[in-house]
Amino acid sequence: MKPKRIALYGLFIALAFIFSYIESLIPIPFPVPGVKLGLANLVVVVAMYGMGVKEAFVLSIVRILLVGFTFRDPSTMIFSLAGGLLSWLMMAVFKKLKLFSMVGVSIIGGISHNIGQIIVAILYVNNTSIIYYLPFLMVSGLVSGTLIGLLAGLVLKRLQKFFLYEK
Amino acid sequence: MKKNDIFLICGIIFIIACSFLLVFAFRSEGSRVLVVVDKEVYKEFDLNENTTYEIRQENGERNVIEIKDGYVRMTEASCPDKLCVKQGWIRYNYESITCLPNKVYVRISGGEEGELDAVAE
Repeated sequence: MKPKRIALYGLFIALAFIFSYIESLIPIPFPVPGVKLGLANLVVVVAMYGMGVKEAFVLSIVRILLVGFTFRDPSTMIFSLAGGLLSWLMMAVFKKLKLFSMVGVSIIGGISHNIGQIIVAILYVNNTSIIYYLPFLMVSGLVSGTLIGLLAGLVLKRLQKFFLYEK
Repeated sequence: MKKNDIFLICGIIFIIACSFLLVFAFRSEGSRVLVVVDKEVYKEFDLNENTTYEIRQENGERNVIEIKDGYVRMTEASCPDKLCVKQGWIRYNYESITCLPNKVYVRISGGEEGELDAVAE
């Protein structure tokens, strides 16, 4: 691995880690489990387009493990992992298909993150009624996915030279 | 943004609107309250009998539910996020309040009484 790549990984993981922390400080006015800003997802989207699909995967998993052990109850990590993995998978597929721009891919990522979490939650307590949260979570995924996608576009535009040089 | 992104957003908004409509159109009043702990039915209540009940688990976790005038809510919980408490009152069939960290949920069900009432009407 090139030194620059290692540095980039470190930088992005630290950034995602801090975003997760900041996010845990922001109170969410909706009493629906899983409604989040998804700030850390901004880093994953930027990494996916700036570094690559594989790098985004590593970043996402490392972030979830770190955050799970530090800020949250490790037993809730299974929800983050389910959301993170499904979100990464869907974003990777739709990025490859080139149907949508970064905004569309980010929306798909946001919504599939919530769907992944809901599936695990349903299995975890064996309550299919949780599916009633899905419409609320889709609204959340749509709004945060759009914002994250637009932000990621701005970030990548400014970091373009940096990433080009890296490749 | 591409044109396809706009289509995607519209499509998702359409799906969301439809699912909200379905939920509101098919909701019906419930009559029973089920308390489920770790995938097992723990206790059952009548939705029309005002009461409070404390769920105490062997691992020390606790939740308190309150049933009042046909509504249920979680008033206390030992979990860290307290999302279940913040959710407030529920009353319709199949609605539920889930406390994921404690593996506890309360759900409204129709039960036999509900069905009898519906026939009587």
